[in-house]
Amino acid sequence: MQTLATLPKDHEAIIADVTSVTNTDVIALRLGELGFVPGERVEVIATGPFGHEPIAVRLGTSRFALRHSEAARIHLQDPK
Amino acid sequence: MSISQPRHIALAGNPNCGKTSLFNQLTGSRQKVGNYAGVTVERKVGFFNTPRNTPIRVLDLPGAYSLSSTSPDEDITRDICLGRHPAEQQPDLLIGVIAASNLRLHLRFLLELKQIGRPVIVALNMMDEAEKAGLTIDVEGLSAALDMPVIPIVSLHKQGIAPLLAQLDAEITPPSPLPENTNFHVEVRRLIEEFVKQPATPRERLTDQLDRWTLHPVFGPLILLGILFIMFQTVFAWAQPIMDALGNGLNALGAWLLAPLPDGMLHSLLADGVVAGAGTVVVFLPQILILFLWIITLEESGYLPRAAFLLDRVMAMAGLSGRSFIPLLSSFACAIPGIMAARTIQNPRDRLVTILIAPLMTCSARLPVYTLLIGAFVPRHTVLGFMNLQGLVLFGLYAAAIISGIIAARIMTHGVASQEHPLLLELPPYRRPLLRSVALGLWQRAVMFLSRVGTIIVSLNVLLWGLSSFPLPPAHAAGAAIDYSIAGRIGHLMQPIFAPLGFNWQICVALIPGLAAREVAISSLATVYAIGTTDDDAGDKLLPILSSQWSMATAFALLAWYVYAPQCISTLAVMRRETRSLKVVLGAAAYLFGLAYLAAFLTHYITLKTL
Repeated sequence: MQTLATLPKDHEAIIADVTSVTNTDVIALRLGELGFVPGERVEVIATGPFGHEPIAVRLGTSRFALRHSEAARIHLQDPK
Repeated sequence: MSISQPRHIALAGNPNCGKTSLFNQLTGSRQKVGNYAGVTVERKVGFFNTPRNTPIRVLDLPGAYSLSSTSPDEDITRDICLGRHPAEQQPDLLIGVIAASNLRLHLRFLLELKQIGRPVIVALNMMDEAEKAGLTIDVEGLSAALDMPVIPIVSLHKQGIAPLLAQLDAEITPPSPLPENTNFHVEVRRLIEEFVKQPATPRERLTDQLDRWTLHPVFGPLILLGILFIMFQTVFAWAQPIMDALGNGLNALGAWLLAPLPDGMLHSLLADGVVAGAGTVVVFLPQILILFLWIITLEESGYLPRAAFLLDRVMAMAGLSGRSFIPLLSSFACAIPGIMAARTIQNPRDRLVTILIAPLMTCSARLPVYTLLIGAFVPRHTVLGFMNLQGLVLFGLYAAAIISGIIAARIMTHGVASQEHPLLLELPPYRRPLLRSVALGLWQRAVMFLSRVGTIIVSLNVLLWGLSSFPLPPAHAAGAAIDYSIAGRIGHLMQPIFAPLGFNWQICVALIPGLAAREVAISSLATVYAIGTTDDDAGDKLLPILSSQWSMATAFALLAWYVYAPQCISTLAVMRRETRSLKVVLGAAAYLFGLAYLAAFLTHYITLKTL
């Protein structure tokens, strides 16, 4: 399954799932509180100047900067 | 339970919801900024009266995304909202501030506030932005569904403030909480679907258009570099005429005030100790204010997180994340708020390293030292037609400090294992900075600076005047009187240590009071030279004295010294309080003094050989 870390710039997708990498993954928890929840639409609006990292993501009316390791927790639905 | 006369209220909301501008609108200048006891999260309290004259004490809580906190700032917000804070009582009423233009994110936190069981007034902020985006919000319907009064406001323009104040006089009951296991995201989606009408094709927002350029992989870094470059050019070029005028005015004022006094001890004390000392420092007020004008404007406009985005990889080279950028940038104003701002970094190792390199970022107190020495030793050439050589040298000093900071952080983080350090940073919409907030910030800075001049700087100069004047030289002594004084002797004693750097004994004397605050070094030089010469107005003529008495190598070595030296005791004290470790502070002082000595030595040596 594709994750947000591999979604190319200017592409949109729908979140399938946010996975925790540890038992108490505060980063995954925080992602959820910021609105990265299943069913939401995300779009990569920019990638950093070096090594395409970090990425800037639009989620509804907000924008967030994420590193690849954070974005990799967000799994995306396969395009239909 | 209902409360008819709330006295303690608090503003709560997400970061970037416009909470602070609402706070400024409510309280004006009736606010106190300090810290919560024990921690260094900023605590803002203000006072105002409602239309019916109920006195209100309002707390501006740190912005939070949720009550399950992940940083010390959010801890404070959670503890106060839930009534768990040891020193701050639970507010009688909360004002939940949400941005109408970003309901999807902000409503979720509002629902958490609703569960607390205290009355909540919702300030639906940024209605103008929502309108521009083509949103129509059914405010009454939303208010009924939330079971809380909702007041639409535009905190930037005072719009809606009067109804909000009136609502504070009304009787408000706490909202009935949602059932225990409600999914807040589902509830937020339902509320938006029911009460917010969005245009079929969302209009492209200004922020998205701007981000296309500012986050662009090529143009983004160029824009950032351009902004920083212009910032340092203006700090030097714009401030100069104002500083010259201020300096002349102060000299005239000093001369006029002292004219009626006969020559003697008292005249010397006032002229050499107070006027020469304070005057040389006050002159730098315009420069410091221009620097702060930039930092506050960049902060208010929403650009800073973009800079953190662009620089994340650069910070990663230093073993840190883009999050460290914001504390480090505010260290350019002063390392103290910078070290405190490091509290927003969740990763403990990143936080410690950020604190350790914060003193390397060139704080505004170094500006007087830099400006004086650059003014005396660097010609005022124009380079490439538009750049000022003096501004360029200043930019170079800043660049040297930044590069050293990156290298130092790299060394410190090398081989130290750490948990993942998240970036996870919101990029808020761009906003035009509110003139009122900028002016208020500058005013607070100016007061802080001038009260420092009035207290620490003047008293140290008087002390230094005493040490430089006594004991009096024997009746038929040869040489200057200051050579016989305590300060003169200390300076001569220290001089061998600093001789390899090209420092003369006057500089050595000035370095000691310079420990209290860097800019005191300048006023101390003025005092030492004023007493050391028979010329009465030496204070006004520090610049020509320096350029005639010091070699280029000495001046550059002193500049290099000030790039690194941890001269300001308050910075070390804050570091001690923040890290709770004396070992860390001693280590930091040792590494910074070591670097300063090395850099000054090399600079002196290289300048001597090449010029």
